[in-house]
Amino acid sequence: MTTVHERVDTFHDNDQKPVGYGRMLRKEDPRFLRGRGRYVDDVQLPGMLHLAILRSPVAHARIVSIDTSAAEASPGVKAVVTGAMLAQQNLAWMPTLSNDVQAVLATDKVRFQGQEVAFVVAEDRYAARDALELIDVEYDVLDPVIDARRALESDAPLIRDDLDGKTNNHCFDWETGDEAATEAVFARADVVVSQDLVYPRVHPAPMETCGAVADYDAVDGKLRLWSTTQAPHAHRTLYAIVAGLPEHKIQVISPDIGGGFGNKVPIYPGYVCAIVASIVTGKPVKWMEDRSENLISTGFARDYIMRGEIAATRDGRILGIRTNVLADHGAFNGTAAPVKYPAGFFGVFTGSYDIEAAYCKMTAVYTNKAPGGVAYACSFRITEAVYLVERIVDCLADELGMDPAELRLKNFIQPEQFPYTTKTGWVYDSGNYEPTMRLAMEMAGYDELRREQAEKRARDELMGIGIAFFTEAVGAGPRKDMDILGLGMADGCELRVHPTGKAVVRLSVQSQGQGHETTFAQIVAEEIGIPPSDIEVLHGDTDNTPFGLGTYGSRSTPVSGAAAALVARKVRDKARIIASGMLEVSVADLEWEKGAFHVAGDPGRSVTIQDIALRAHGAGDLPEGIEGGLEAQICYNPSNLTYPHGAYICVVDIDPGTAQVTVRRFIAVDDCGTRINPMIIEGQVHGGLTDGVGMALMEMIAFDEDGNCLGASLMDYLIPTSLEVPDWETGFTVTPSPHHPIGAKGVGESATVGSPPAIVNAVVDALKPFGVRHADMPLTPSRVWDAMRGQARPPI
Amino acid sequence: MQVPAPFEYERATSVDHAISLLERLGGTARLIAGGHSLLPMMKLRLANFDYLIDINDLHGELGYVEAGPDEVRIGALTRHRELLESPVLATAFPIFADAERVIADPVVRNRGTLGGSLCQADPSEDLSAVCTTLDARCVIRGPGGAERVVSMEEFHVGPYETAVADDEILVEIRLPVRPGCGSAYAKVERRAGDWAVVSAGAAVWLDGGAIVDARVGLAAVGPNTTGIPAISAALRGREPSESLYEQAGAIAADSCDPVTDQRGSADYKRHLAAELTRRTLRRAVERARS
Ligand SMILES: Cc1cc2nc3c(=O)[nH]c(=O)nc-3n(C[C@H](O)[C@H](O)[C@H](O)COP(=O)(O)OP(=O)(O)OC[C@H]3O[C@@H](n4cnc5c(N)ncnc54)[C@H](O)[C@@H]3O)c2cc1C
Repeated sequence: MTTVHERVDTFHDNDQKPVGYGRMLRKEDPRFLRGRGRYVDDVQLPGMLHLAILRSPVAHARIVSIDTSAAEASPGVKAVVTGAMLAQQNLAWMPTLSNDVQAVLATDKVRFQGQEVAFVVAEDRYAARDALELIDVEYDVLDPVIDARRALESDAPLIRDDLDGKTNNHCFDWETGDEAATEAVFARADVVVSQDLVYPRVHPAPMETCGAVADYDAVDGKLRLWSTTQAPHAHRTLYAIVAGLPEHKIQVISPDIGGGFGNKVPIYPGYVCAIVASIVTGKPVKWMEDRSENLISTGFARDYIMRGEIAATRDGRILGIRTNVLADHGAFNGTAAPVKYPAGFFGVFTGSYDIEAAYCKMTAVYTNKAPGGVAYACSFRITEAVYLVERIVDCLADELGMDPAELRLKNFIQPEQFPYTTKTGWVYDSGNYEPTMRLAMEMAGYDELRREQAEKRARDELMGIGIAFFTEAVGAGPRKDMDILGLGMADGCELRVHPTGKAVVRLSVQSQGQGHETTFAQIVAEEIGIPPSDIEVLHGDTDNTPFGLGTYGSRSTPVSGAAAALVARKVRDKARIIASGMLEVSVADLEWEKGAFHVAGDPGRSVTIQDIALRAHGAGDLPEGIEGGLEAQICYNPSNLTYPHGAYICVVDIDPGTAQVTVRRFIAVDDCGTRINPMIIEGQVHGGLTDGVGMALMEMIAFDEDGNCLGASLMDYLIPTSLEVPDWETGFTVTPSPHHPIGAKGVGESATVGSPPAIVNAVVDALKPFGVRHADMPLTPSRVWDAMRGQARPPI
Repeated sequence: MQVPAPFEYERATSVDHAISLLERLGGTARLIAGGHSLLPMMKLRLANFDYLIDINDLHGELGYVEAGPDEVRIGALTRHRELLESPVLATAFPIFADAERVIADPVVRNRGTLGGSLCQADPSEDLSAVCTTLDARCVIRGPGGAERVVSMEEFHVGPYETAVADDEILVEIRLPVRPGCGSAYAKVERRAGDWAVVSAGAAVWLDGGAIVDARVGLAAVGPNTTGIPAISAALRGREPSESLYEQAGAIAADSCDPVTDQRGSADYKRHLAAELTRRTLRRAVERARS
């Protein structure tokens, strides 16, 4: 270990050793960099069997028959299970996170290509996979519904005939804002701009695919489940409900996770199959999906077909925003969002602007595609909302002949207006937008860039500058408004200080790469003065951590971060009483300086937190009424979301001959309130910006007209590499959250939310000489070329 | 992890050993070179073979780039990286380094081979387009050491199909060397390491100011990489000029047969065939002159 520390000390990022906030290398990195991470697929148990899933080759078909006899006879096979067999145990269907139901294994029909039909358990992965080929399924193929626009036509095939009384493919309707007031401002506006936009289906594609190892012990009745989950506690409760197992006999362990991005929030049929298989065979069972399975069957994101409308005065005062959305939810509504928010937090589509009225009407439909909806770092659909507003604001700027930066600056919510209630009812906690915007413009050299662009245009060169300004809403709860299947979105946290002054903090959230082991140690360090290296962060094991709803929607720092700070303060309060006994002064006479209490006016008389820890566990007397030990536990229920914001500027060049887009520069100024570890924040921003380049320029899960998924491998579903991205230029401003104990706001998804519109705006700006006002993602060379010839088409 | 169906595996110790194994096992066996085309297909179970014959130990025998007076000879097991770094090719045919820089990524280039690329016969294969452009001859060896030499047009008989029989192996590629040559390659891809949306190679041979011969090879716009004789005919005997490149580009667009897919529309690919033909010809001429 010592050598590790000596080595990392040479990195400039570690030139500070903060006892609290500041730049420091991630505590988890040595294990990841040395290949010592321990992921679900690294779990090996004695006698473990392997599970493989047979998936539907077609998008929509009735199952006529399934013959498993040859598979059962295949070497090494221990069990073959079909939907009919699960149905006998009442396990063929399970609830989704959106109160719909989803087939664990299909019984009646298959409803998307890749749907789970049967599984094989065998001695090794090869034997299991080989046996899949021996299962004979007869399908009666039905017409699929692929285009969401056709889902509600009267002759569209019915997908969800499993739902009682269902006669069409309607999933839900949702609206927000004031329709009449919005109509009124549109009626009196000088200028109204309307634009159709598609946010295509994209996939989180984490490096580690989903999987589980289930180990059911028939003797003590305990189920241990290692699984790739971003929400281990919520999953435990849901398994208790679905499988009827007593909750205290379920332990969910989420070890190191190789990326989540929302993909690992839902409960997938494969997890349930692994549990069933372990119960049936009496052996531990591993299921690890392969890359294609991950891409075709697990939670996707977006698939919003939107019309955006914006109304303004001639001099550029935005009056109202209106939108109509058709949402494609796939075959089952598996969206992971708080139940009262079927469209997630799309309601923040009014963006960062002080407007008079807003209205959204949404219709969601079922189609023969994989279920999901909210995944891929979107803060519950804020990605879609920000894309909508930032794109139509640019369309308005174009219509008015106004600079897009100037138009935004003119319409920002002003600092004195916070807390600001939007026209759709969201209460933005704090913000100071103009300095953030000005800093980004200054870093970019905005005026100089515009001059360069003018010169290039004169030479027929294509250069574009795109701006996006976003306000995020992250950190769900409060629990009274936000729950997932009845589980309130609050987070527990527990802190124990050991006798020698080292500490362990137990979190309810789980990290998939966000650096929690470092950030949370720093939060606790800041409050009680124990160095981060002396604080162990435990997470991801439901038997060893307090209950909470998990990591997604950028909620870890806003919710669990607050819990960690508050639990540390609780410990500090107790430490203060013990210190008063040790120093024989009253509590009121003690002053806290990070890591020690001293007697006011006599700094020489002090005790450190380590002294206090020893006393708390020692043989000596403690003050009246104080128990031994130095630990505390809390459950934090946020009073509101936090609202980070940011200003992004993107510069692109387009080759006029081939229509290839190069992102030349990207300036990202983020304001996430108090900054705990700036290096980790920058890492989150770099990752999100790279995601944004992927979505804007290349990523899309496409289907052919028969419903075959055309993005079933990483050769077909492209994700960006270091060669597609520029050196990111990041900056920051700090506007603390007034209601968060340390003023921090989430930052995990800011860049994914904010970057796609900046890039699309830049490409559209570059194409202005061709009269282009909009082009949908993904802006592949072929699609850019179409736009250059006035033939921009939606991708679906 | 994607797992292939069961297969047996043997390492060949010589070319003749490999051929004798092929003779015995017939169509149920496949040679494996770099494995970067074969293994992905096997893992996806798009291709299932009972036997794999690994020829990587033959790199000593089949991995080389040799310059002769009339031709450059390249062994079939020469790896992408060796082609990229070859000084012989950098001088004689810079088109190789142009292409290699945009083929896949370093991991694939460290293992993937020239022979595997040609034998895969993927319509988007960059090295096939390079070899088509350079009018390569393919040396195929069969049982008893019998060798035959075929042109690229003969070598590729359809998508994923070659003239190599079940008991044969591609051993060498021969590139004719003529004076005054310049060559270049260009590719449009959606992302680094992706297969071509369209790519084009061009080679010109100049004498004095005039084009003695010219060849253009295109990938991803037809069933196999396409050499376009009409371009050669149009360019021979002419002075290089922008209008000549225009004309060649127009011929390229007319004579290719792309399909619309996730990489792009057929119209766009046609446009690229023209655009990249112009660009590579321009570059090839510059190189021939310098
Ligand atoms: C991620 C990725 C990206 C790629 N991108 C590109 C790209 O951009 N452009 C491009 O052109 N290619 C690309 N490729 C393909 C790459 O160039 C492969 O290396 C090449 O296609 C095959 O060479 P190989 O040696 O790996 O062949 P293998 O996979 O070993 O073999 C391919 C086929 O050729 C046969 N074969 C091999 N050698 C011989 C021989 N000597 N005689 C007879 N038959 C033989 C095999 O039996 C097999 O059928 C990519 C591959 C990957 C994995």
